[in-house]
Amino acid sequence: MTPRQRRFLGAFAVLAGVATAAAVLLSAVSENLLFFYTPSQVAAGEVPADRTVRVGGLVVSGSIERNPDSLAVRFQVTDMARVVPVSYEGILPDLFREGQGIIAQGRIDANGVFQATEVLAKHDENYMPPEVAATLAMKGEGPLAPVHPDARPADARPTGAQP
Amino acid sequence: MHLMHAILSPKGFNRFVSRWIGPLWAVTLLMLAIGLPWALVIAPTDYQQGESYRIIFLHVPSAWLSLMGYTMLASLGFVVLVWRVKLAEVMAEAIAPVGAAFTLLALITGSLWGRPMWGTYWVWDARLTSELVLLFLYLGWMALSQAIEDRRAAAKACGVLALIGVVDIPIVHFSVEWWNTLHQGPTVTRLDRPAMHLSMLAPLLWMYFALFAYAATVSLMRARDIWLEREANHPWVAELMRGGGTTPRGPDSPARPGPPIAPRDLTAGA
Repeated sequence: MTPRQRRFLGAFAVLAGVATAAAVLLSAVSENLLFFYTPSQVAAGEVPADRTVRVGGLVVSGSIERNPDSLAVRFQVTDMARVVPVSYEGILPDLFREGQGIIAQGRIDANGVFQATEVLAKHDENYMPPEVAATLAMKGEGPLAPVHPDARPADARPTGAQP
Repeated sequence: MHLMHAILSPKGFNRFVSRWIGPLWAVTLLMLAIGLPWALVIAPTDYQQGESYRIIFLHVPSAWLSLMGYTMLASLGFVVLVWRVKLAEVMAEAIAPVGAAFTLLALITGSLWGRPMWGTYWVWDARLTSELVLLFLYLGWMALSQAIEDRRAAAKACGVLALIGVVDIPIVHFSVEWWNTLHQGPTVTRLDRPAMHLSMLAPLLWMYFALFAYAATVSLMRARDIWLEREANHPWVAELMRGGGTTPRGPDSPARPGPPIAPRDLTAGA
């Protein structure tokens, strides 16, 4: 074996060793890398009751109940399989609305209601002009999220590159 | 073979970069001059995020370049460890801070985007955390390189570090698929079709190529200067410097005359 081949094997061994170590480590701590639980996991009792956790899902349409005298709000999140009721008091992100993906941090109380201390909006990976979104929605295959106020007057903006 | 030799030798590399740096800057600036107005004004408003989504045209290219830069750092490290190619040592040293800068840019733009859309500047989800780790990997690489005085020994040590760190690259990329994260899933690299309308995807790819051209240009200029500094004791470099000081066009070398090198080319990257 020439010195060059030996060095090649050496460098390759470093790479292989580190990759193996990383794979083992990641599979070991995989559970802790979950940023949030789904409502199905909550329903299945996988979520520890005495610990602060995050629950993520879509805001169920028609489930938002606001208290007119305070910032308190109650709503439900779903992963299309199970539903979790959430109670929160505070300022919600701009993207919060029916059908929007959100992630709430807090803990589950004795009644099974998720008492949130923080609510974050999770947007999807789709990007399109509002006209396209409207067309898709009409065909019934569009994204559920409503149109942003900026994008509402869907005619004035130049769309130079649009095919 | 002739071309390879011309670029692999320090003198040939200097001449090569000096000749192409002007055209490369021209291409970079032209692409940015077209790409920025296209992305920030002409591209349509997003149905869901309004105008705020436009930061994607800086955020996503920066993030791609941060991953690409480290992948190159590791590939060059492999070449250094196995074949001891000096050009690879110099290129790695040149690329590292450029990649680190784009990593920082990706983190900052992502943070500024997260505040209005998610409701927070920062969360410790898998995507954000692994990208932050990438920044530390770059900084660690640069610190190690600076800590070892012998450049060839430094290149070897850094090559090992880059190979170790490269495991973070697939973690960054696949983090949004392997775990539940606040960060949304991939838009452009989805196998079925990109989840982005063509009128937005086109300027996004254009901005990526523009920023890639910028990164390549700056890296080549850095590499040329790093190599000249390494070779500072050689007569041809001294000759080059002297030529730059007195006459507008100095001879390449007294022993073996070649094409003249404009002195401004030498100082352009300083």
